[in-house]
Amino acid sequence: MTAAADLKRTPLFEVHSASNAKMVDFGGWNMPVQYSSILEEHHAVRTAVGIFDVSHMGEIEIEGPEANQLVNYVSTNNASKLKPGQAHYSALLYEHGGFVDDILVHKISETHFFLCVNASNQEKDFEHIRSHNHFDAGLVFASERYAQLAIQGPKSRETLQKLTATPLNEIKYYWFTDGAVAGVPARIAHTGYTGEDGFEIYIAPDSAQQIWSKVLQAGEEFGIKPCGLGARNTLRLEAKMALYGHELTASINPFEADLAWIVKMDKGDFVGRSALEKALQQGVTRRLAGFQMIGRGIARDGYEVWIDSKPAGWVTSGGPSPTLNKNIGLCYLPVEKAVPDVVIQIPIRNSPVEAMTVLTPFYKRPKS
Amino acid sequence: MSYPENFKYTKEHEWVKVEGDSGIIGITDHAQEELGDIVFVDLPKSGAKVRKGETFGSVESVKAVSDIYSPVSGEVTAVNELLSTSPEKLNEDPHGAAWLIKVKLSDSGELNGLLSAADYQSYIGAE
Repeated sequence: MTAAADLKRTPLFEVHSASNAKMVDFGGWNMPVQYSSILEEHHAVRTAVGIFDVSHMGEIEIEGPEANQLVNYVSTNNASKLKPGQAHYSALLYEHGGFVDDILVHKISETHFFLCVNASNQEKDFEHIRSHNHFDAGLVFASERYAQLAIQGPKSRETLQKLTATPLNEIKYYWFTDGAVAGVPARIAHTGYTGEDGFEIYIAPDSAQQIWSKVLQAGEEFGIKPCGLGARNTLRLEAKMALYGHELTASINPFEADLAWIVKMDKGDFVGRSALEKALQQGVTRRLAGFQMIGRGIARDGYEVWIDSKPAGWVTSGGPSPTLNKNIGLCYLPVEKAVPDVVIQIPIRNSPVEAMTVLTPFYKRPKS
Repeated sequence: MSYPENFKYTKEHEWVKVEGDSGIIGITDHAQEELGDIVFVDLPKSGAKVRKGETFGSVESVKAVSDIYSPVSGEVTAVNELLSTSPEKLNEDPHGAAWLIKVKLSDSGELNGLLSAADYQSYIGAE
């Protein structure tokens, strides 16, 4: 554990401290895990609106005549399909097919891409991309240039619209536009990590405090809450969104992680492609599955999973689902068992507790 | 929330209230505050033996699971059923309605090593 003074801080650290948020060491960052209550913050996002400081996330800019080729070579999704102003979910893989990271790729122009990457992986990601950059493209580690705020929930659009002239209803899901929020230049992306409608905005660090308080004011009539990493985790788990270090690691490939949809094998060569081809030929042996506890108990990250009294896999993320009021989780299982309605056992403090695999996502937002 | 003078406390944030040869055990307000929203409480059954300093159950918040250590040794004579249906009561009334278990003390001398309310409060203040 790093001493608190050595932890990295976002531009909103003073704001979090002043609001008595509970702070934790998150991958070397001193981040708020909760402000009031994880449950209250979770429900605020599902029913109204919440704001998250996600300035710890990393940003990498790729620019140049062959920017598209570089992005396509280091990531699994097909960046050539993106139009300027569009974003998609993708992955960086090692040659052996395991995850370096999962990322968001934003196409700013034909020659300019903007990647949002996980906080604790940003230096590793940058080095990884740099080591494969034999293209006519420049690579910039841009994390210090941006603070990032996530405004999420059914009232997120109404909240944010008060602060921007950009017509937010014209930004389709997984598209973005450069505009202004509270008079400050902002990249406004219709993306999120909560399973709810929402926006993620990229702004200059020195404007973060001002915009944070403006968004809180704008959302006051809806009961907006500042939300910490605790609620971010319960929200993303309900939506079955993967978390690096849990569902995704260097020893897991995208097929195992149930992320075949972000792998475009026919787009040309990319780092990890030949390993994935081999994996497909040999057959994928394990896959991510969702489960729900039947017996009394909560499965937590790292717990073993048993089937018919034999070890069969492990829990990658587990906890209570505040929306469903059930105890849920994700686990790796042999591929033939990674289907709904399989009875599994999870040893919790030495006694097996029954659970059952279920369809995912656990929660899907109602179509508006 | 105040820390009752007639309770004894542990550095692991449990309390025990002695009534005759029995002790009622719970977790402190500081513990529930640190844990956050409590969603599950796992307790032993009546008749089980607990030993001072050893874990006898767990309290789970949304975020994590924490072991509960017994402040005293003895036999469990009652378990607070309220917590199996309403674990959130532990956030609301940790020193009262949300007690955990009642034990018949096997060695009242064990109480001497526990903290007074004042000592516990200065301990958590310095923690």
